[in-house]
Amino acid sequence: MATLNSRIPEGPVSEKWTNYKAHQKLVNPKNKRKLDVIIVGTGLAGASAAASLGEMGFRVKNFCIQDSPRRAHSIAAQGGINAAKNYQNDGDSVYRLFYDTVKGGDYRAREANVYRLAEVSANIIDQCVAQGVPFAREYGGMLANRSFGGAQVSRTFYAKGQTGQQLLLGAYSSLMCQVNKGTVELYTRYEMLDLVIIDGRARGIIARNLVTGKLERFAAHAVVIATGGYGNTYFLSTNAMGCNCSAAIATYRKGALFANPSYVQIHPTCIPVHGDKQSKLTLMSESLRNDGRIWVPKKLEDAKRLQAGEIQGKDIPEEDRDYYLERRYPAFGNLVPRDVASRAAKERCDKGYGVNNTGLAVFLDFSQAIKDFGRDEIEARYGNLFDMYEEITDESPYETPMQIFPAVHYTMGGIWVDYELMTTINGLFAIGECNFSDHGANRLGASALMQGLADGYFVLPYTIQNYLSDQITVPRFSTDTPEFDEAEKAVQNRIDRLFAIKGNRSVDSIHKELGHIMWEYVGMGRTKEGLEKGLQLIGELRKEFYANLRVPGTQEGVNVELEKALRLEDFLLMGQLVANDALHREESCGGHFREEHQTEEGEAKRDDENFFYVGCWEYQGSDDAKPTLSKEPLKYEIIKVQTRNYKN
Amino acid sequence: MWLLNSSIGRKVVMSVSGLALVLFLTFHAAMNVVAIFSAEGYNMICEFLGANWYALVGTIALGALVLIHFVFAILLTLQNRKARGASRYAVTAKPEKVEWASQNMFVLGIIVVLGLCLHLFNFWFNMQFAELTNGGMAYATNVSAADGAGMIAYAFHGAGWLSKVYVVLYLVWLCALWFHLCHGIWSAMQTLGANGKIWFSRLKCISQIYSTIVILCFVAVVLFYAFGCGAAC
Amino acid sequence: MAKNISFTVKYWKQNGPKDAGHFEQKEMRNIPDDTSFLEMLDILNEELINEGKEPFTFDHDCREGICGMCSLYINGTPHGKTERGATTCQLYMRRFKDGDVITVEPWRSAAFPVIKDCMVDRSAFDKIQAAGGYTTIRTGQAQDANAILIPKDNADEAMDCATCIGCGACVAACKNGSAMLFVSSKVSQFALLPQGRPEAAKRAKAMVAKMDELGFGNCTNTRACEAVCPKNETIANIARLNREFLKAKMAD
Repeated sequence: MATLNSRIPEGPVSEKWTNYKAHQKLVNPKNKRKLDVIIVGTGLAGASAAASLGEMGFRVKNFCIQDSPRRAHSIAAQGGINAAKNYQNDGDSVYRLFYDTVKGGDYRAREANVYRLAEVSANIIDQCVAQGVPFAREYGGMLANRSFGGAQVSRTFYAKGQTGQQLLLGAYSSLMCQVNKGTVELYTRYEMLDLVIIDGRARGIIARNLVTGKLERFAAHAVVIATGGYGNTYFLSTNAMGCNCSAAIATYRKGALFANPSYVQIHPTCIPVHGDKQSKLTLMSESLRNDGRIWVPKKLEDAKRLQAGEIQGKDIPEEDRDYYLERRYPAFGNLVPRDVASRAAKERCDKGYGVNNTGLAVFLDFSQAIKDFGRDEIEARYGNLFDMYEEITDESPYETPMQIFPAVHYTMGGIWVDYELMTTINGLFAIGECNFSDHGANRLGASALMQGLADGYFVLPYTIQNYLSDQITVPRFSTDTPEFDEAEKAVQNRIDRLFAIKGNRSVDSIHKELGHIMWEYVGMGRTKEGLEKGLQLIGELRKEFYANLRVPGTQEGVNVELEKALRLEDFLLMGQLVANDALHREESCGGHFREEHQTEEGEAKRDDENFFYVGCWEYQGSDDAKPTLSKEPLKYEIIKVQTRNYKN
Repeated sequence: MWLLNSSIGRKVVMSVSGLALVLFLTFHAAMNVVAIFSAEGYNMICEFLGANWYALVGTIALGALVLIHFVFAILLTLQNRKARGASRYAVTAKPEKVEWASQNMFVLGIIVVLGLCLHLFNFWFNMQFAELTNGGMAYATNVSAADGAGMIAYAFHGAGWLSKVYVVLYLVWLCALWFHLCHGIWSAMQTLGANGKIWFSRLKCISQIYSTIVILCFVAVVLFYAFGCGAAC
Repeated sequence: MAKNISFTVKYWKQNGPKDAGHFEQKEMRNIPDDTSFLEMLDILNEELINEGKEPFTFDHDCREGICGMCSLYINGTPHGKTERGATTCQLYMRRFKDGDVITVEPWRSAAFPVIKDCMVDRSAFDKIQAAGGYTTIRTGQAQDANAILIPKDNADEAMDCATCIGCGACVAACKNGSAMLFVSSKVSQFALLPQGRPEAAKRAKAMVAKMDELGFGNCTNTRACEAVCPKNETIANIARLNREFLKAKMAD
């Protein structure tokens, strides 16, 4: 069992970061030029880290799988970014943001990290405004804010419904500035396939050039992965098609511990699956729940007729509608947190009340809001979202209720990191969604952007120096070492093995099957039996993968199917990891809901006595071997752990 | 030199030379209209613009403008063809917003230049040039090189079937010029940066009205003389 | 309810930038019309793989119209034809009819060489951005965000300019292969904000110079770019870029 040292600095929680910065080791400017850092990923975390480190003088190599750093999936975040600025004079503070985040995470996050996150949040806004990010403004020229779920203050900064895009483009522009200066070398259409460890330190990566198909070696004094979450394990999610967990899994296979994989956030308001050919789920902003009312029919026969397409939602009279969120949670109604809303929708659909042909959808109805505020007002508030919905579904939400269903959205779990964001492998750092980080068991809206940029701009550039300070005497590496040879050979063997299968199933067909298993048995409502069944099915599917996969084409040049096959191999391992963690965690908290552990009203029941820790999984030399569990106990110094309540 | 080296610079040269030519056309059109009302008046202008030093300087400057406009057009077109690459789309659908003229400015320009050659042959060769080389007598017909109205009458009415051909050619030419101007004027303003969301439709409207007025003036003179209403025939 | 349609897809195959390339075609049967265009291509690829053939390669990623990765020229229009303007991934099969022949081509422009099939290399856009599409600031040293007041109208207009997703449809549609809409949107965003003013002249010159160097054509104001822009950028941006550029050159 690995020993986990979270290296949290001494002192009261509010002074830890200041103390850390005052006493950490630094690298002088002359020496920075001699140090290389590899950063994999160009999303908010990766791009901001690469830009900041490059600007400080380090030599950075930045990798992404897309054709440009600007394509990273951070770009799709809609709502906004939280920051404790208190511009609205509504009583916000660093402590309040810290408290809301810990509470929203169902008391499973690390206090010191979250406090630091809240502390630097204000700097993020300053930084982004200086970059030219066009945040929404008031007529007086000041920045505008809106409120978001899980908070009593308005602290969310936004740029229309495209906040992620604007923040990413800001980070991207800073990154390109450094590329122009020559401090950052950009490698687009490169995919990291393995980590190279020399003498116990992360020293480089093996990456596949996705254009030529060649494996290439890159060496550095430290390696940072910023490669996002593993939501695509479920095949259908709100993630981009290219999102994958391969870089994280590569480091996991090399000894980095994977923390809390069972914490998967399922977003309640997505456009439902319409058929088995679907490739991706589209998120409809959470803000819709402010005015929309969620319902299913009261009578099962009405649901049946809806499913058969004989009637439409608007044909069902008011008295036959079941506004189940308002019924179950009178105090919060349609505005309960994401996990609660998602589970409630699943519960209704499981009972047969689903409203579309697949039986997997509920209504989000605006007729009341249109009656109350008028169509013009609703159009002003949600016009672009309604248009997008109509484009996709060919139904106008003004006329007929929207259909929504929960979908996998974000993964709170990830590579375990200490206070310095370093993994259990010396010299390997993980930032952004790909670490297990600051969200505990559930992430609040508008906090993902905050965390990605906090890690990249304000945390890693400091903490990485503490590690690099004793590396200044280490000269630049040659990639002609036995370790690189071995790593490259292992990757080559892996690719050869996939090509050699020559079966008759496409990558997607197996991935879809994995998705079904994950959604069915490792999804929103988990049980011991279900998880065991899921694990067994994933095991069988893995056998099918190695027996029956077909990868067309050759290793040379662009081969999208090969890329997908390599990623799927890692998703299969990831699926098991999620299921194993979910099986071991005999409690319900945040994004993890075990049906055995619920209150009489069907609410999540945490077990702080036995599970107040970070569950960290260690690879045991082979994909088939069961990983072992290590625990990082959580210590709360200032926050009192309580039960979340949304009923009254 | 940025006017040569940068894409916007080259476009500025096109715009400025183009707008200068528009000014010339405006003057030319105004002058022509006089020929409808008074042949004598028109001839006075012709005399004024004969082989005098200032008229010659003006002619050279105009020639230079046309040359610059034309050379840059060739340069831009060649560069743009290269930028488009070697392969062509198998299917293209023209969006409604895109006007035909805007995509065919070079072709229109060539028609305009060909028409200009004919025009120079018909008039300039027989007037200013003839004054310099032929002792004040037109080459084409037996009138004085300063008798502009007479030249018009001869060209569009007095030369038999050839006049009919000239009339048709001139109308085609003016039509091409109209298309060229409609796009050219607002486009020049756009290139010079004098455009925006509000001014866009205003400028387009102005270009169309302006081009139409100028071209109608020319057309009026051609038709007026073609139908034999002009003096001296 | 969704109905099924059958049609023919003519798709471009090209093995690298030097290959001449050619069309191949495939009959697609009974595709539900609520399928997205890219999902239809997923089905096409699934069938090709099952037939033992090599699948059709194209760029795509977020599938919600914001990443700018998808880049297909469909029936003569970049991203295909929709009323509101949308990316390829937001195009649905209900826009097509039974029996249609759907022609799918790559962005064709000298500055965007084909990598494979309909996947093209748009790294030229990154290079233009690197030439000046930023404000030079140091991480962590920015002043308080509300210290700069920005009129709402300017902020909103800068936001509209910043919405550009860098997909390259403007270049693909332009008969001159010009990147002016892309460059002008970036320049406009910064030109409209006080943070961008100190470097405005330098930026306009550097980005235009890089754009020219990379082999993009000269803008002739045909407006094809704004007609196909999925994010509704307008040529008012181009006028602004021209202004910024001329101002900068006059000041030299």
